Amino acid sequence: MSIIKLSINGMEVEVQKGTTILEAAKKVGVHIPTLCHLNLEGFGIVNQVASCRACVVEVEGRNTLVPSCSEKVTEGMVVKTDSARSITGRRMAVELLLSNHPKECLTCAKNLECELQALSQDLGIREIKWEGEKMDYPLDKSSFSLVKDPNKCIMCRRCETMCNDVQTVGVLSAINRGFDTFVGPAFNLDMDNTACTFCGQCVAVCPTGALTETNDVGRVWRALHSSEKHVIVQVAPAIRVAIGEMFGMEAGSVTTGQLAASLRRLGFDGIFDTDFAADLTIMEEASELVHRIKHGGRLPMLTSCCPAWVKFFEHQFPDMLDIPSSCKSPQIMMGTVMKTYYAEKKGIDPRDIVVVSIMPCLAKKAEAARPELTKDYNNNVDLVLTTREYGAMLKEAGILFNQLPESDFDSLLGESTGAAVIFGTTGGVIEAAVRTAYEWITGEELENVEFHQLRGLEGIREATVNIGDLKLNIGIAHGLGNARKMLEDIRDGKSQYHAIEIMACPGGCIGGGGQPYHHGDMDIIRKRQEAIYKEDRSKVRRKSHENTAVLKLYEDYLGEPYGHKSHELLHTYYIPREKI
Amino acid sequence: MYYTVLELTQENVEGGRNLKNAKGKFVDLDTKKLDREKIDELDEYIDSLEDQKGSLIHILHKGQSLFGYLPENLQIYISRKIDIPAAKVNGVVSFYSFFTQEPRGKHTISICMGTACFVNGSDKIFNELKRELNVENNKMTEDGLFTLKDIRCVGACGLAPVVMVDDQVYGHVKVSDVSEIIKKYREED
Repeated sequence: MSIIKLSINGMEVEVQKGTTILEAAKKVGVHIPTLCHLNLEGFGIVNQVASCRACVVEVEGRNTLVPSCSEKVTEGMVVKTDSARSITGRRMAVELLLSNHPKECLTCAKNLECELQALSQDLGIREIKWEGEKMDYPLDKSSFSLVKDPNKCIMCRRCETMCNDVQTVGVLSAINRGFDTFVGPAFNLDMDNTACTFCGQCVAVCPTGALTETNDVGRVWRALHSSEKHVIVQVAPAIRVAIGEMFGMEAGSVTTGQLAASLRRLGFDGIFDTDFAADLTIMEEASELVHRIKHGGRLPMLTSCCPAWVKFFEHQFPDMLDIPSSCKSPQIMMGTVMKTYYAEKKGIDPRDIVVVSIMPCLAKKAEAARPELTKDYNNNVDLVLTTREYGAMLKEAGILFNQLPESDFDSLLGESTGAAVIFGTTGGVIEAAVRTAYEWITGEELENVEFHQLRGLEGIREATVNIGDLKLNIGIAHGLGNARKMLEDIRDGKSQYHAIEIMACPGGCIGGGGQPYHHGDMDIIRKRQEAIYKEDRSKVRRKSHENTAVLKLYEDYLGEPYGHKSHELLHTYYIPREKI
Repeated sequence: MYYTVLELTQENVEGGRNLKNAKGKFVDLDTKKLDREKIDELDEYIDSLEDQKGSLIHILHKGQSLFGYLPENLQIYISRKIDIPAAKVNGVVSFYSFFTQEPRGKHTISICMGTACFVNGSDKIFNELKRELNVENNKMTEDGLFTLKDIRCVGACGLAPVVMVDDQVYGHVKVSDVSEIIKKYREED
């Protein structure tokens, strides 16, 4: 690799050939503002379209300002990021964006999280000089998961990169030309009428309020304030390692105790942990895997916990619906158990129970509304909030999350093991399944429960785990583009796996579309992952089949894992869908 | 209501229903309604290509020459045939002004809105054309005879303002000339 010498603001810099001006400037501590640019380091996700011009700088000898995010350095280049021309040019680029942007910051869902807002503050913009034509598109509120407001779109194309290059879902594209351009599905179809998986990764990277989650906070408040309803709540494993960020806590803080305490303060009638259902999922899923292996069933078996992944394969691989496990996701299993077992134990009519889920995910909202996941016209899960919505609710209620004393989940559906906690990260579901499958297949106790070969953040991982005489080949993918590669290999007969775990979001649920915004800082995701494993280590019981509350559920109500009643309540089926 | 429209049932497998768009209009994506002979010819063309995904624009040109325009169901058909997302296909179709998603009339009347024509009053002629034909820009008249289209400079600025009907150029057009020009083509038909 050859070295390039250049000067930035009078400072000499040496960088590798192929470096952009933006990266070179970072090396000498020069900050150049960016907007459309996105580089999720370590995840191989880059959006480099240079469409917003917010990062333009002056290069000596060049007639026009150049976008530093995409312009590569050359030998002897003289760059001035702080000249009057550079500063004016950048401000003008942002002012022009603002001239066609709704002035709704105070009431916008993205208020204080908006990168356009932060940028105009950094650039000292105090008036919008130009009043030009404004976009006027209807909002897309067709889905249960997300809201698309094209009027707030700045054409950064980050969502397109996520939807097409990373997730390979291919729903979002720029349509039309010039001022009439908007980002949307083919023929501007309603999002609900497309192959959108509702993974929410477009929302996770949208710099403005053009893509946000459907807001269900009001519905949860109404349920809580209604005296006739018994309102109970479950929280997903990935919430406890992320929500603290919204209250000034370090990324990677484990806040399980505060989480339970905060739910109690809000007045829920029962405070439960989706981790319970994660353990239950393992009982069913590991049984199904053992059953498939012993009886020559369809292999590999793919996990089915992730609703975005489920919808992805329904649209993209409708010919392979026999491959995923038939297990419902932990969220839906929990809802089912709450509306049956719990209702029976408590002597409450399931129609009077409102189940609220707090999930790191937008797809969980759509999943809860799937008709085949309702029972007797009764939703298993009634309302779903994202981590962000729940955090906002706590702020509304004046609950200082970071100062709360620790509390516990309620009994009956509150106990969980370390195996359940790790559901929150890529590799976790399959590791939990292996812990249980090992003991079931060999009949021996598993000494070391940590399978480090299954951990990490590489997009596709594979490992072989020796379970007695059986060499269990395991595949792991996170990000739907990686999942697609795995599925294509299966279709082509190239796959040698017994079991594959797939999560739609980069990093798994810790990087879910409903989590506190990471604003491109992927260290946050890494810290959340470390926190998940830390929580696992802190647990006395770390194998799902040792969860005493789950064992009691089988004893009192379900009978055998993968048995008749389980099939009725905890398993589902998939529906082939079109690709649009 | 949820999801059901997208279930891959036998009748939906090739499209076969209308889907709602963000403006509340329904889009017909039924690929079965496409003319079978023309589709066979399009298939033959696509199958002859070495790099099908890289030839999207060529395929769209072929489709438009066969069908006269690129209706939504044809875009869906092409998207599935070469395995490119429909959104990408629609993005390309809606970007290039040569492609049209509306049926075209027998004659295309183009009005130049380039600088020279514009300063010589082409906007007034444009309005007169809309009034006389009772049609909006880029739309076909009810009788299917004309499509009205605004275009940029045609390179005949000396003749500004310029109207073209198919390949025939009319220069120095005045508002009062409009009905004469249209009449000629109506009578021909």
